[in-house]
Amino acid sequence: MIDWFPLWLSLRVAALATLFVLTVGTLVAYLLSHKSFPGKNLVDSLITLPLVLPPTVLGYYLLVIVGRHSPLGQLYEGLFGQPLVFTWQAAVVAAFLHSAPIYIKAGRAVLETVDTRYEWAAHSLGASEWRTFWRVTLPLAWRGLSSLGSLSFARSLGDFGVTIMVAGNIPGQTQTLSVAIFDAVESGNGRLARILVIVISAAALALLWAAGYLSRPARAQSAG
Amino acid sequence: MRIDARLVKRLPPTGGSEAFELNVHLKSDADVTVLLGPSGAGKTLTLNCLGGFATPDEGRILVNDELYFDGPTKLRLPPQQRRCGYIFQDHALFPHMTVRENLRFAANAGRGNSGLNRHRRIVELLETFELADLAGRKPAQLSGGQKQRAALARMLVNEPKLLLLDEPTRGLDGRLKQTFYELLGKLRERSTAPMVLVTHDLEECMELAGHVCLMEAGRFTQCGPRERVFARPANVEVARSLGIYNILPAVIEALDPGRDCSRLSVLDQLWEVHYLPGRLIGDQGYVCMRQSETKVVVVSDAPAAANQLLLKVESASPSLRGMRIQLEHAVIAEISEAEYALCRGSERLKVEVPSAAVYFVGK
Repeated sequence: MIDWFPLWLSLRVAALATLFVLTVGTLVAYLLSHKSFPGKNLVDSLITLPLVLPPTVLGYYLLVIVGRHSPLGQLYEGLFGQPLVFTWQAAVVAAFLHSAPIYIKAGRAVLETVDTRYEWAAHSLGASEWRTFWRVTLPLAWRGLSSLGSLSFARSLGDFGVTIMVAGNIPGQTQTLSVAIFDAVESGNGRLARILVIVISAAALALLWAAGYLSRPARAQSAG
Repeated sequence: MRIDARLVKRLPPTGGSEAFELNVHLKSDADVTVLLGPSGAGKTLTLNCLGGFATPDEGRILVNDELYFDGPTKLRLPPQQRRCGYIFQDHALFPHMTVRENLRFAANAGRGNSGLNRHRRIVELLETFELADLAGRKPAQLSGGQKQRAALARMLVNEPKLLLLDEPTRGLDGRLKQTFYELLGKLRERSTAPMVLVTHDLEECMELAGHVCLMEAGRFTQCGPRERVFARPANVEVARSLGIYNILPAVIEALDPGRDCSRLSVLDQLWEVHYLPGRLIGDQGYVCMRQSETKVVVVSDAPAAANQLLLKVESASPSLRGMRIQLEHAVIAEISEAEYALCRGSERLKVEVPSAAVYFVGK
């Protein structure tokens, strides 16, 4: 009998991480694409950093930043009554870190392709920036952003390095799919490893297809 | 003054273009002010400064006695509070909304109107601009003319205090342009706000302008009421840029205020025109005469008399009014086909300009 807990956990972690990416990531991408502020290049570099650093380094940083003795970790513990590290919630943070940089970088490019004239038109009609964002910019960028969201979900599903550093490998608690595969191979359980590999590959393929489907150009419609 | 805007804006050089400086003072009391000039003259930048989408480096913008921008005190009203109706090139109708939703977006964004009033205004505007049957369509399903009507209607929803139109007839054919000018008449029934219109189309300027600002390389070369700018170009460059004048170098030979008469030497031919105040004998300059008023004397063997010139024919091509004759010294005359039939084949033609139609500009 196969234990499907890792699959269920991975889906839950990826869904939550994607939710955070879509909200926080879109906001950051909007700020980067529409605002100029001092230190913008530095922020941009900081956002790209997780893409180039080894997962172990990222995991180490996270342990330092949200560990039990750090201010952030203690704040979390005070708020939720349990530590963050080595729980499945830490896996969400790890997955977020894994997928947010790509989402923000590509999302910024998507938001920059929205013709400023639509936003100017909205402003000249008296619409606030907030309203313009919700009613004009976001709907016009929606196809691109939702396609990126689908990619983020697929990427969140696949994080291994940071997850094992901050969430560990506790079966039935923090063991996500990718960690379970590592565990199965380590312990010589080839059959389980094969099944889990096929499952995660199929899921990734389906998500990539969905991303491609969402980002395809809208059918040209014109009355001439 | 309904519009009094002094604008200085410097753009640093970018990859493909050199540094640019806009430095203009727009003062107008007219219903329609037209900014006329070639592309790259800074017309759209001027409009964007008025609308609040570009911030001048220096200057002051006053519209209907309301301060939009003041350089020294760093006051800058955001676009939302300026209440400018802006028609962008290509109209910028929101592509994901229907025509009615576009208007409703405008109505909801504007403040201080009750829901019923907003609804009534939208219905009225859809009616006025003949959009009632198209209200459920998205912009992609509209023709060019329909989009234009929708953009005008959307602009008027919030009763703007200043109307800014950026090349609104670009890409429309002659018939649709005429329809658009009629629409602007309709617009006038609904809004008396001053309008600033950008164009590089001379005919459009003639059709619409009350006040004209000729623009070139970030400056106004001449401003004033339309008739004045077109009849009295400030200098020979302005006259050339208008493209409606025949321009020839001339020297003042005699001035007689008593008889209201001056004598000019144009290409060694003596011309008599009205008295030129403030000029001296020997002044060099140019005579400008409208191409449309440059007549060809068809049948005549006599040598060129006063106010006439005998010029070599360079080419002739069909035009709207008949034939367009290109003569030496870049003189152009338009004649009817019947007249052309009489002088076809002659090497030289005699042209004549009524003395009242000759305008002298100094060097």
